[in-house]
Amino acid sequence: MHRLPGNLQTNRRLSQWLAIHPEGRVTVTPGKVELGQGILTTLSQIAAEELEVDLARIEARPAATPDSPDEGVTSGSLSTQDSGGALRHACAAARAIFLGVVAQRVGVPVETIRIEDGRFIGPAGEIGSYWALADQALLECEAPAEVKPRAPGERRVAGRSVPRIDLPDKVFGVARYVHDLRLPGMLHGRMVRPPARGARLFALREGPLPGDAQVVRDGSFLAVLADTEWDAEAAAARLAARAEWAAADTLPEQAVLADWLREAAARGERSPVASRTDPAPPVARTLSRSFHRPYLAHASIAPSCAVARWEGERVEVFTHSQGPYNLRADLAKVLRCDPALLTVRHREGAGCYGHNGADDVALDAVLAARAAPGRPVRMLWSRTEELGWSPFSPAMLVDIEADLDAAGDLAGWRSHIVSNGHSSRPGRDPEPTLLSASMLAAPFPVKPSINPAMAAGGGAPRNGVPLYRIPAMRVETTRLLEMPIRTSALRGLGATLNIWSIESIMDEAAALAGADPLDYRLRHLEDARAAAVLRRVAELAGWAGRGRREGFGMGLGFARYKNTGAYAAVIAEVEALERVFCRRLWIAGDVGEAVNPDGVLNQLEGGAIHGASVALLEEVRFDRRSITSDHWEGYPILRFSEVPQVELALIDRPEEPFLGAGEASMAPAIAAIAGGITEALGIRPRQLPFTPENLARA
Amino acid sequence: MPRFTLNGTAVALDVPEEATLLHALRGPGGLSGPRFGCGNEQCGACMVLVEGEPCCACTLPVAAVAGKAVVTVEGLGTPGAPHPLQAAFLAEQAGQCGYCLSGILISAAALLARDPAPEEAAIRAALEPHLCRCGSHNRILRAVARAAREMA
Repeated sequence: MHRLPGNLQTNRRLSQWLAIHPEGRVTVTPGKVELGQGILTTLSQIAAEELEVDLARIEARPAATPDSPDEGVTSGSLSTQDSGGALRHACAAARAIFLGVVAQRVGVPVETIRIEDGRFIGPAGEIGSYWALADQALLECEAPAEVKPRAPGERRVAGRSVPRIDLPDKVFGVARYVHDLRLPGMLHGRMVRPPARGARLFALREGPLPGDAQVVRDGSFLAVLADTEWDAEAAAARLAARAEWAAADTLPEQAVLADWLREAAARGERSPVASRTDPAPPVARTLSRSFHRPYLAHASIAPSCAVARWEGERVEVFTHSQGPYNLRADLAKVLRCDPALLTVRHREGAGCYGHNGADDVALDAVLAARAAPGRPVRMLWSRTEELGWSPFSPAMLVDIEADLDAAGDLAGWRSHIVSNGHSSRPGRDPEPTLLSASMLAAPFPVKPSINPAMAAGGGAPRNGVPLYRIPAMRVETTRLLEMPIRTSALRGLGATLNIWSIESIMDEAAALAGADPLDYRLRHLEDARAAAVLRRVAELAGWAGRGRREGFGMGLGFARYKNTGAYAAVIAEVEALERVFCRRLWIAGDVGEAVNPDGVLNQLEGGAIHGASVALLEEVRFDRRSITSDHWEGYPILRFSEVPQVELALIDRPEEPFLGAGEASMAPAIAAIAGGITEALGIRPRQLPFTPENLARA
Repeated sequence: MPRFTLNGTAVALDVPEEATLLHALRGPGGLSGPRFGCGNEQCGACMVLVEGEPCCACTLPVAAVAGKAVVTVEGLGTPGAPHPLQAAFLAEQAGQCGYCLSGILISAAALLARDPAPEEAAIRAALEPHLCRCGSHNRILRAVARAAREMA
């Protein structure tokens, strides 16, 4: 079987990816989903380019089982590569098939036909079109191994900034999100969550509820259904007051979280990540440093939501999950049924930066809807659930020993990264990983999260191996085998800690060597594209001629995401007042071929601002029983008053493969802010977030 | 059943008097623009204009708007006749997921009504009640400034 690009390899029929309609439209049906990152626009551009039709003719359908290709999870900054690569190949194949048919019918050589917005023009004029020929049977075939996508120099749509296709609905308030679905006979559901992690419901007093709300209970899973949202919310509050729970202390002491990580690591699973033993110069000095970060929340702007409806044994689910097939697999495990009985349809939610509550609420909707056969149930989480019960990005610790030679250059590197796993995504384990699965009368176990393989970018050790030239290196990681707080993937995974810690060492080593942080990095880099983004950002920020102002500092951060993805270099200017503020960010990125350059810039900027928020403000707080930062006052994120000004430069490389933009800039921004703090205050941060309390310990 | 004006039309929405305006708008009002984000006036996703002033609809009892004029993002403009702010947000591609945008557009409209040529600091201050998690803040600031220029 021939190898096909991206996810075409596992979804080989052209008809799974596109359909051509006689009325002059093309639908594309990728399995990747819109998360606010603009992927449907990018994929539409790729299809329009290869088919040589106007972009307006393309309609990108939201993914749904069982008809969309199974493209796994929309994550890892892989959508343009895996889905875009597949769609480019599929559309180029479709174009060749249609041209072949028309050439044979008309009797002209295929090379003499050109396409103008879907019309086929032969040597003597128009000889047909996709629309006249529209025949889905032509696409009921496997993609051929060889196709000829349009050359970089020929592209007219891919590579050009185009407006997002989803944005008009969003500025006119048109119903577009899963939250906006209104189906006939729809009931509204709300959850009643335990007051503590792992608490068991042991008594529930009976009594009337507002709006004759229906109670749905299965073990410690407790929900209400009502005709209106108002009644559902009032009923949930009433029911919560009638529930008695058995609770115990199960969470570590937050004040000594780093100590707990060390203790738990001694009972964890230690494994090698990378090792190198090239001849190294004698060691003149060794830096031993530890870095720590707290649990981080997704903090989606909308609480998670799903709509589910049972018809006999069949269930239909509308969800903002990142992986419709993965979710379907785990729902079927919980229901102990054939996945084919479930239809999972994607609808947009609020911005998603990893495995948030989207999958969990889908199970909640399905379980609640089972009690109301035939009726759609819209389950909406509260803000408290969103910030308190979604999976979190795990707290982490890294110990680094960096050997410097007599010239101050890096001679050796030993590091140990400690963390819970960074993935408990559904669909990958024999047991379901959905939140409420562990709360049922017949509960499923909650297993400690895992890490994706290093070949897939790794989890905790993501970007833990410095890209810098270091002759001797040993990087190890320990995955914790106990998980008091449920963890999973959030933008960058372990990279947020690893890149900052590596960049901090680079800054410190540069200072010891009397070198500029930029020059020191450049002399340890062999990758020309890495050097190019660093030089570009330095130029953009005026790094070389920068002056010093009392209370201000500038810092530099660089990474190639996963060491295989996009390159990003960030310079930050911070101001130290009663706390630290990030005033300006300069970002240079290289994502290979940029299909929608404006979309790439939007992602790079958004990622860096997310990074600034994490750097300065974010920390999940908890007591021994539950998450206490379950409201915006307890989990502040960056607001308009303190968002930094941003300047960006994109190094476009249309000849190079797509590298993905969503996660590249976040960790370099954190590293750059840390460097700015050092310049402003003379201290090297060791613990996120960079609050006055944590900086006082540095 | 309190009566009020919704986007220029007199309405009486069938909700309990103590229900919030957001429930009335998204429920019997049938609107999608005002969004639920926190239910606690902390994120701005539900912002609407009441008598021209931005208000969080998530905590305001519907009885409080009896006899008043309520405007949501749907009342600002339509694809055929967009408000200059809506046109400017599209021109600047100011948004990613867009969930925060209807509330932000409302606060921006109130700002431009009282200050047609706001400084950047005034725009930031007007949008301070709003959370955007995608990091589209700078595009949003530029879009509001652009709308102000185009309305001048």
